[in-house]
Amino acid sequence: MRTEESLTEYKYRLDTALENPFLRTAMDNFAVAYRASRETAFSGMDVDAMIQEVARIKAAAIKNNEALLAEFIKKAKKTGVHVHLADTAEDANRIIGEIARNTGSKRIVKSKSMTAEEIHLNKWLENLGLEVTETDLGEWIVQLRHEGPSHMVMPAIHLSRFQVADLFTQVTGKDQAAEIERLVKVARKQLREKYVRADMGITGANYAVAATGTLGIVTNEGNARLVSTLPRVHVALVGIDKLLPTLHSALSINRVLPKNATGQAITSYVTWITGPSECKTVTDNKREMHIVFLDNGRKKIAQDPVFAQVLQCVRCGACANVCPVYRMVGGHQMGYVYIGAIGLITTYFFHGREHARNLVQNCTNCGACKAVCAGGIDLPKLIKEIHARIQDEDGHPLKSLLLGKVLKNRKLFHTLLRTAKLAQKPVTGGTPFLRHLPMIFSKEHNFRVLPAITEIPFRDRFEKLSQPIKTPSHKIALFSGCVQDFVYPEQLEAAMKLFARTNVRVSFPMGQSCCGLPALMMGEKSAARDVALQNLAAFENEDVDYIVTLCASCGSHLKNSLPSLVQDYAPDKAAVFAKKIIPFSQFMNQVVGVKPIAGKGRKTAFHSPCHLCRGLGVRKDPKEMINTSGNRYVETREEETCCGFGGSFSVNFPAVSNEILTKKLEDVQTSGADLLVTECPGCVMQLRGGALKQNRDITVIHLSELF
Amino acid sequence: MKANTQMFIEKASLVSARVHRVKDMASALSFSIDLCRSKLPCEPQMAVEQISGSGGKEISLSRERVRIIAAPNLDENDFARLAQGCGKTKDILSIRENLRDYPGGIDMGVTLMDFGIAETGTLVLNSDSEDTRLSTMLCEIHVAILETSKIRETVLSMADELNEMIKQPSSYTAFITGASRTADIERVLALGVHGPLELVILLVEA
Repeated sequence: MRTEESLTEYKYRLDTALENPFLRTAMDNFAVAYRASRETAFSGMDVDAMIQEVARIKAAAIKNNEALLAEFIKKAKKTGVHVHLADTAEDANRIIGEIARNTGSKRIVKSKSMTAEEIHLNKWLENLGLEVTETDLGEWIVQLRHEGPSHMVMPAIHLSRFQVADLFTQVTGKDQAAEIERLVKVARKQLREKYVRADMGITGANYAVAATGTLGIVTNEGNARLVSTLPRVHVALVGIDKLLPTLHSALSINRVLPKNATGQAITSYVTWITGPSECKTVTDNKREMHIVFLDNGRKKIAQDPVFAQVLQCVRCGACANVCPVYRMVGGHQMGYVYIGAIGLITTYFFHGREHARNLVQNCTNCGACKAVCAGGIDLPKLIKEIHARIQDEDGHPLKSLLLGKVLKNRKLFHTLLRTAKLAQKPVTGGTPFLRHLPMIFSKEHNFRVLPAITEIPFRDRFEKLSQPIKTPSHKIALFSGCVQDFVYPEQLEAAMKLFARTNVRVSFPMGQSCCGLPALMMGEKSAARDVALQNLAAFENEDVDYIVTLCASCGSHLKNSLPSLVQDYAPDKAAVFAKKIIPFSQFMNQVVGVKPIAGKGRKTAFHSPCHLCRGLGVRKDPKEMINTSGNRYVETREEETCCGFGGSFSVNFPAVSNEILTKKLEDVQTSGADLLVTECPGCVMQLRGGALKQNRDITVIHLSELF
Repeated sequence: MKANTQMFIEKASLVSARVHRVKDMASALSFSIDLCRSKLPCEPQMAVEQISGSGGKEISLSRERVRIIAAPNLDENDFARLAQGCGKTKDILSIRENLRDYPGGIDMGVTLMDFGIAETGTLVLNSDSEDTRLSTMLCEIHVAILETSKIRETVLSMADELNEMIKQPSSYTAFITGASRTADIERVLALGVHGPLELVILLVEA
């Protein structure tokens, strides 16, 4: 267990992980292999519908939790099971310790249970002088190393065969070769004896079926079967969130869980236990069976309108598998006990904000987790909610407080940006790049060349660019976002030319401000709401069919997050506004239907911004637009993986951001393209700055600049 | 039904189960005996002296390279046939109870399955009896005998049949798909970490 650590200490841990070559390779291979095997496992199936069904079943079960618990207890007691309710982690530990004492159990074997990790059960039992042996291979390995699991499904994924061989050599007192097949056999033999000698077996459960009082346990190794068969006492520790009404509901979830976790159609074993099973070493041939239901904050989460969906988690671990940050730093750096996106959230609830404070900032908001979540949880949104909640409880740090205050006042914000333009002069040396960063930035931020603030923001150029169109094909308003307005006005200028050519009438409401996403990312929810309301007011009276944006992050935020931010203030206006939001590529390709033009035929790669592909579901339009522009789109490995920008993420965690960026640029170069196009100014800033800093022969531009 | 059988074979093979079609129970049993005879005697997982209880004798047998087949859920007749087949050359010991006394290893478990699920190549086994359960866990090779008429298309289509099984008190129902597997070291697939190293499915036309 770690004591509270500072952000600096946390970053040091991240940097150390980044320098671990085995971890990096293992994680890279896993990230790519996982996506492929998941796709195969679900091929020919309607994944979204299956996930929605899981979400529906879990959400209903959470609502009905109390009744399900009562029913389960009634049914289970009839079969002779002893059922215990534990309000807290300590209660659960104490209850299990007492069961061990009352049954005279000295040796315990355990199968894998994240819930047991959550309450630090092993430590408690060991303090009582009991011998506890983890029997899942990965868990046994990390137990022998005195560390926690680094993945919910693959606990020892951070270790190499050589490390395991060294460990097994120590444990057995015999030299063990670093051959995986053999190492597995060593474990088979070592653990067989543990099962036979154990008095008590502890398991978790994936499902608790109320209608029959049945536990469902999902494993690959089959260790849970031995743990619940050989010892004379069986204790199952089960979170109350595992309760389900029927076997049918459990089977429906089980159609998704293994496919999403490891890309398996089903795990090797799924075990359904109803009541104490036959055990031939005790007098009446019935094992003593206990089920300990754990609350530990779950009831409170269930009642929370925002966070109740956290309990829809089925512990598949997929949110870690696809997380670009997890991939760089591994599970020990990406969770406290629970790993991955869900871990950033549950750490706050189960282990307290002191353990969640740093973690919750380590998110690029790329939405990859949300796109694969088996329980349909809006993970990125909840991570930001937790961040905001921690800041409300702790007090807001000066930096984010200032940002919030400034953003709330558009005129002040824009004046500051204009002033910054003057202040940066000495550091840009007259070039459009900030070559030497101002003193407030530390050296580690120097991993990309940052652009300078423009001489004349787009809002001051608009009037000149705007052309009167008598019979417009479409009427649109433009939402620029701060980065294009004040840093990359040329991207909007390029778009204006294309609008003019296709007879699109454009208006630019001057009252528009920041979209509010940066405020949300820094935990400043009220500032995000304020700017949302300002933007609604700015566009309210525009007679337009669409609000077009060239910034995917703005677009996704305005369409998906803004309505819930202002739901108590202006729900109807927000709905109208959100409906009109459309990204540039989709508008030009589908609504306007731009005709192909002759171009240079350059091999062009596309970086799919997270907030475009996953946030707005737009995938093919920008690629078709590349071809429309007379260039040739070429596919890149992992096109939809985050570039590592993530707004304030790249400022808070520059080292991790840089690694993600480097991987991205390598993939682009491998594709053979020399032109890289994207559709978000944040991604342009990250990718262009990285390409320059790393002297790579890649030109990075916005899609609009192809025309 | 044919389609279900076909799909079952395909999906079970994907998880490295070996599937064979046999014409009846008698051939399934002789297939098992032949297979057991052709394997190396199992590697003892525990030393004799470490085991308390009544198992010492049998374990020492396995050290003398006698193979053990456990078949607790076969009916009297089938078990008698199996025992007869094993007994011929006295190199295989057939047992049907107190499997717990053989933790050091059983060469082969032979069990009659209750259902098959085609969509995932899964076997369903009522293992309320401790011996039945252990016959699928302690062995090196697990031979699962399944009648083709017991194969269902999807797990959800047979939810009622499964519900009948699990609602009995003291019910222990197992879904088994392939052999015991792990990918916990470097994500490399390895079979037989705790349970069987190998799963052989014998489909009996019925």
